Amino acid sequence: MTVFDRAYDDTVRVLDEDGEVVGDVPDLGDDSLVEMYRHMRLARHFDGRAVSLQRQGRMGTYPPLSGQEGAQIGSAYALDDDDWMVPSYREHGAALVHGLPLKQTLLYWMGHEDGNNAPPDVNVFPVAVPIASQVPHATGAAWASKLRGEDDAFICYFGDGATSEGDFHEGVNFAGVFDTPTVFFCNNNQWAISVPRERQTRSATLAQKAEAYGIDGVQVDGMDPLAVYSVTKAALEKARDPDSDRPRPTLIEAVQYRFGAHTTADDPTVYRDDDEVERWKRKDPIDRLESYLRDEGVLDDERVAEIESSVEARVADAIDEAESMARPDLRELFEHAYAELPPELERQYEALAALRDDRGDAAFLED
Amino acid sequence: MTDTQNLTLVQAVRDGLHTELREDDDVVVMGQDVGKNGGVFRATEGLFDEFGGDRVIDTPLAESGIIGTAVGMAAMGMRPVPEIQFSGFMYPGFDQVVSHMARFRTRSRGRFTLPMTLRAPYGGGIRAPEHHSESKEAFYAHEAGLKVVIPSTPYEAKGLLAASIRDPDPVVFLEPKLIYRAFREEVPDEPYTVPIGEAATRREGDDVAVFTYGAMTRPTLEAAETLGEEGIECEVVDLRTVSPLDREAIVEAFEKTGRAVVVHEAPKTGGLGGEITAILQEEALLHQEAPIGRVAGFDVPYPLYALEDYYLPSAARIEEGILEAVEF
Repeated sequence: MTVFDRAYDDTVRVLDEDGEVVGDVPDLGDDSLVEMYRHMRLARHFDGRAVSLQRQGRMGTYPPLSGQEGAQIGSAYALDDDDWMVPSYREHGAALVHGLPLKQTLLYWMGHEDGNNAPPDVNVFPVAVPIASQVPHATGAAWASKLRGEDDAFICYFGDGATSEGDFHEGVNFAGVFDTPTVFFCNNNQWAISVPRERQTRSATLAQKAEAYGIDGVQVDGMDPLAVYSVTKAALEKARDPDSDRPRPTLIEAVQYRFGAHTTADDPTVYRDDDEVERWKRKDPIDRLESYLRDEGVLDDERVAEIESSVEARVADAIDEAESMARPDLRELFEHAYAELPPELERQYEALAALRDDRGDAAFLED
Repeated sequence: MTDTQNLTLVQAVRDGLHTELREDDDVVVMGQDVGKNGGVFRATEGLFDEFGGDRVIDTPLAESGIIGTAVGMAAMGMRPVPEIQFSGFMYPGFDQVVSHMARFRTRSRGRFTLPMTLRAPYGGGIRAPEHHSESKEAFYAHEAGLKVVIPSTPYEAKGLLAASIRDPDPVVFLEPKLIYRAFREEVPDEPYTVPIGEAATRREGDDVAVFTYGAMTRPTLEAAETLGEEGIECEVVDLRTVSPLDREAIVEAFEKTGRAVVVHEAPKTGGLGGEITAILQEEALLHQEAPIGRVAGFDVPYPLYALEDYYLPSAARIEEGILEAVEF
């Protein structure tokens, strides 16, 4: 029996809402568990600061992740360094665990293209904003790895709304046909802006969509970081194994909730009840893991306080670093459109630069 | 004396949808977040409560589904008004636009027509994330069988939208979101239309004709006023419909001045500027006194917002472009 031999609505759980053990605790070791907890706290604190920066006009539109730390951190912890992450636009926490510096994420949402320029040893794809458009990329990237005889696995993140898009179905279908080492990780946070999960599909679960493509599908409690870790780990191991007697790709539906707005441009009070939000907040993934770790004697007040202050310092440093970056040079507008700038683009750049020299920045800037 | 309200452009769009939903039971509004949420820009606010979920429809997140089902509804004689939340997310539905929406009439020799209006906010300048700022009207203008309408004032937004919804053919209705709330205008409560395919002169002048549309009308008029103080008088023409173009108005303004500049935020290469230039070559070559200028977005992917003010044609760039044409 594997974790994949179960009904689609038989949700995998390790910790219940109070942090009591109800399943098999993964063998991670105390230090890793504390680090996982630290990353979840880091992601939550970062998120709050990012929303506040946006409110203060120090950052553009930002998509919050609060409530989704269990799914993001739990799944990213299951990756090997060599595995690849193909995110949508909300995976700030997952990308952080996989090595993307916080400064990069901040820069991106502060309107700098450089934010997407991950360090070369960090296997994270650039942000993909159009819904589900990254799903075929994850299949193709994993396919490339398979064709070259490499043994990396690929995890692709997307939301419940994405499962309505053609790209989702095409990407997952290809993965099934070509048996690619891809884990499709659906962050079902119940809401695609204002449209609830039950208005996206008549299917009882999203996990069951795997059935149509002949791959494994499994539902996990996305606010239970240990369950998410276990399921993702199993899916990645299966993906890496060319001799697996099961299909290499897996669709994981991580059931969770977006506590905040879709983005800072959204007002969720227009379309959903406070009661519902409060109900889901009782499942908070951070409280759950903390409660478990306290019961295990791994965390105490002192340790939690230390984590809290280290997290605050790290986010503050990243914000300082990002905000100290100068506005990108004008040349950056043109620089990466092609390997070699065509002559007409060179002319367009020169005309712009000459006019800026002549008239000054004030003639261009709106603020 | 008819009743009016002082509305922004996006409120006028909402008022136009409201009026057409009231006037014609075959009109339905459909898309992502257009119902209960009232639209991410509030363009459909209150319509769900007033007309119900069968006429103001929250759909699954699927652009091809939204546009493709609207094609089917329209083929049956309804007048669907699908919304794509940002024009930058059109592309999963682009196949439906170019393969079907544009071609049903031709394909069926007129048996099936598609009286549908595909709305989408477009254009830059709002410090938005990637894919939320592009101006790709040329894609649609290039596709025969579509009309492409771009309002730039509240009054005309309501009238052009009504004309589009009532039009027997499919219309792509692109809304310049930078000026959704930039200013207000008196907008009549009663139904009215502004004709598709007619340009409007926004400013009279004898020295140079400047053709523009959408959000670029404002910096263009600003540049024209600045130059006016220096004795250079610009005739500013707002195209309002970029397909079919109002060739007569374009040629007339050019013949009056002998000089022309086209201003659009879309990339220069393959943009409407080239088409307008070609029209003038075809129809008014002997009136030409200077090369026709193009002030446009650069031929690069639209940047994230740290550099977008440099990407968009500013009044300063427009002034430079006009001066080049005038001083030639």
